[in-house]
Amino acid sequence: MDLKLDHYTEGDTEIVVVEGEIDVYTAPRLRELLIDLVNKGNFHLVVNMEKVEFLDSTGLGVLVGGLKRVRAHDGTLDLVCTQERILKIFRITGLTKVFGIHSSVQEAIDKRSAK
Amino acid sequence: MATITLTISALPAHVRTARLMAATVARRAGIAASAIDEIRLAVGEACSRAVAAHKLHCPTQPILLQLTDGNGTDEASEPRADATSRVLRVNGSAAQRFEVVVSDRAPAKDTEESAGASMLDGLFLDGDDTPPGGISGFSPGLGLAVITGLADEVKIDPSDQGTVVRMSWPLAAEHPSDPRPN
Repeated sequence: MDLKLDHYTEGDTEIVVVEGEIDVYTAPRLRELLIDLVNKGNFHLVVNMEKVEFLDSTGLGVLVGGLKRVRAHDGTLDLVCTQERILKIFRITGLTKVFGIHSSVQEAIDKRSAK
Repeated sequence: MATITLTISALPAHVRTARLMAATVARRAGIAASAIDEIRLAVGEACSRAVAAHKLHCPTQPILLQLTDGNGTDEASEPRADATSRVLRVNGSAAQRFEVVVSDRAPAKDTEESAGASMLDGLFLDGDDTPPGGISGFSPGLGLAVITGLADEVKIDPSDQGTVVRMSWPLAAEHPSDPRPN
């Protein structure tokens, strides 16, 4: 299936909900959304990937690009993902060390607030 | 041995088609269920890489995919360093392999980045880093790193006439085929 994107505000955090396939064709849309959110002053992002069915290196590149942008404003970008098939891609690329990966949106928000 | 050949225009939208076809053929060939996701991703990465290279050098040229189930050629026999995927050779049937070959026609010297290059330093193209005519977010080095991590055996041959990415997985008889739809 195609990529569906949604986002909502929770406190000082913007939650991005991604559904479907993030690949070389659809990733530019996610990239545009992340850039747009940062440009509008949202520097704490949580990307909920629980409904992502496919993720490739283009998608990883977009997420790292988003991380670079929020960090430039002392912000954060955390991920919510419990799907083994998606987590595996972060593992083989070593990106589990780069992103905070959480099992729920609430956990992602709580962990950041506790820092 | 049966070969399925697919030719796609160098457009990002067609990468998904290639991915789905590879997964379908792999499932039909009896590939272990656990390896179907790996094949889908690795083939997607190889095609994304080829599409990005063509977009820069020869956007009108097609990209060729060859899917072979059965007694594939055994020339890509470089041992893999890591063990992220289950290497199923208990039956001694290493010759029975599912092989995917992705061939592009973009001259390799300008587009290739070594998969072993520094992982995060300058690897991710984003925003201003994207070359003119390039695909935003795509980084060839990371794609190759993913392929290397996923394919059971992989051989990448860059040349002036283009790059050939040859990936293969064992045809395992011990796992039932994956009943899930694409």
